[in-house]
Amino acid sequence: MTVAAAFFYLFASITVASGFMVVASRNPVHSVLFLILAFVNAAGLFLLLGAEFLAMILVVVYVGAVAVLFLFVVMMLDVDFAELRQGFLDYLPIGGLLGVIFLIEMVLFLGTYYAAPEAVHAASTVKAAASTLSNTEQLGRVLYTDYVFYFQTAGLVLLVAMIGAIILTLHHKTGVKRQDIGAQVARSKDTAMEIKSVRPGQGL
Amino acid sequence: MQNLLADYLPLVVFIGVAAFIAIALMVAPFLVAYKQPDPEKLSAYECGFNAFDDARMKFDVRFYLVSILFIIFDLEVAFLFPWAISFHEVGLFGFWSMMLFLGVLTIGFVYEWNKGALEWD
Repeated sequence: MTVAAAFFYLFASITVASGFMVVASRNPVHSVLFLILAFVNAAGLFLLLGAEFLAMILVVVYVGAVAVLFLFVVMMLDVDFAELRQGFLDYLPIGGLLGVIFLIEMVLFLGTYYAAPEAVHAASTVKAAASTLSNTEQLGRVLYTDYVFYFQTAGLVLLVAMIGAIILTLHHKTGVKRQDIGAQVARSKDTAMEIKSVRPGQGL
Repeated sequence: MQNLLADYLPLVVFIGVAAFIAIALMVAPFLVAYKQPDPEKLSAYECGFNAFDDARMKFDVRFYLVSILFIIFDLEVAFLFPWAISFHEVGLFGFWSMMLFLGVLTIGFVYEWNKGALEWD
């Protein structure tokens, strides 16, 4: 268990340090790169907890896609970075307030856990025999049946995100010639050409 | 649990070797390379003339749209993995719950196709 503990401290300290650097670094692009480092180390932490599926999804979705999206946003901003940092102190109170709220929530959660550890186990419906199964299989057994409403809500959230992104960002240029495959396929010899009989010497 | 972590030993070895090579290649130039910088060498290289402006410029928002749409279908596929593994256990109910999920996202896909969000111009 000591090796696992050593890896836990390695991942946890890098996660916290890179999380601090996300806030502290001057260049937003560096912030995003530190965010990716934090994601990777959080995936390592999930792996140590035995949550393999979450760890891999964190790498695929967050590192592979969300971080790239953040990079797009950072590059799209086109702001003067020095100017951006001037608002830092203005946002400090509300940021600090959010941090304190998160801290209180975590203290409450951990406090409940220490006060009554058995309550947490009673609430989780992971089946007792599930310990021989892989983490992904345990998830699959409950996600689509016991938690079907959460699953469908996730689908609706994705649908709303898709439609919202299209409505917010889509604007077509007018006067662009596009390929219309239907029209091309529907074109036949009858519609495409016309035979005229031209008398010699007269032209059309 | 211990077993599961032991399965990841090759990954740790692999990451260790990769990190060693990467760090060695990054540090070696500082130790062995010949260095004599001057302002011209350190300035941004732009084919024979001085740089016109900053390298950072506004990105087209359509890249953002493409990557958001990618993430959504990425997540859809991520949901398919546990479903495929436990396909026997979840039964008909699990099957139809996934079909409903896919159906909802297909509505979005049809909408996106008809709006022309997958076309560039």
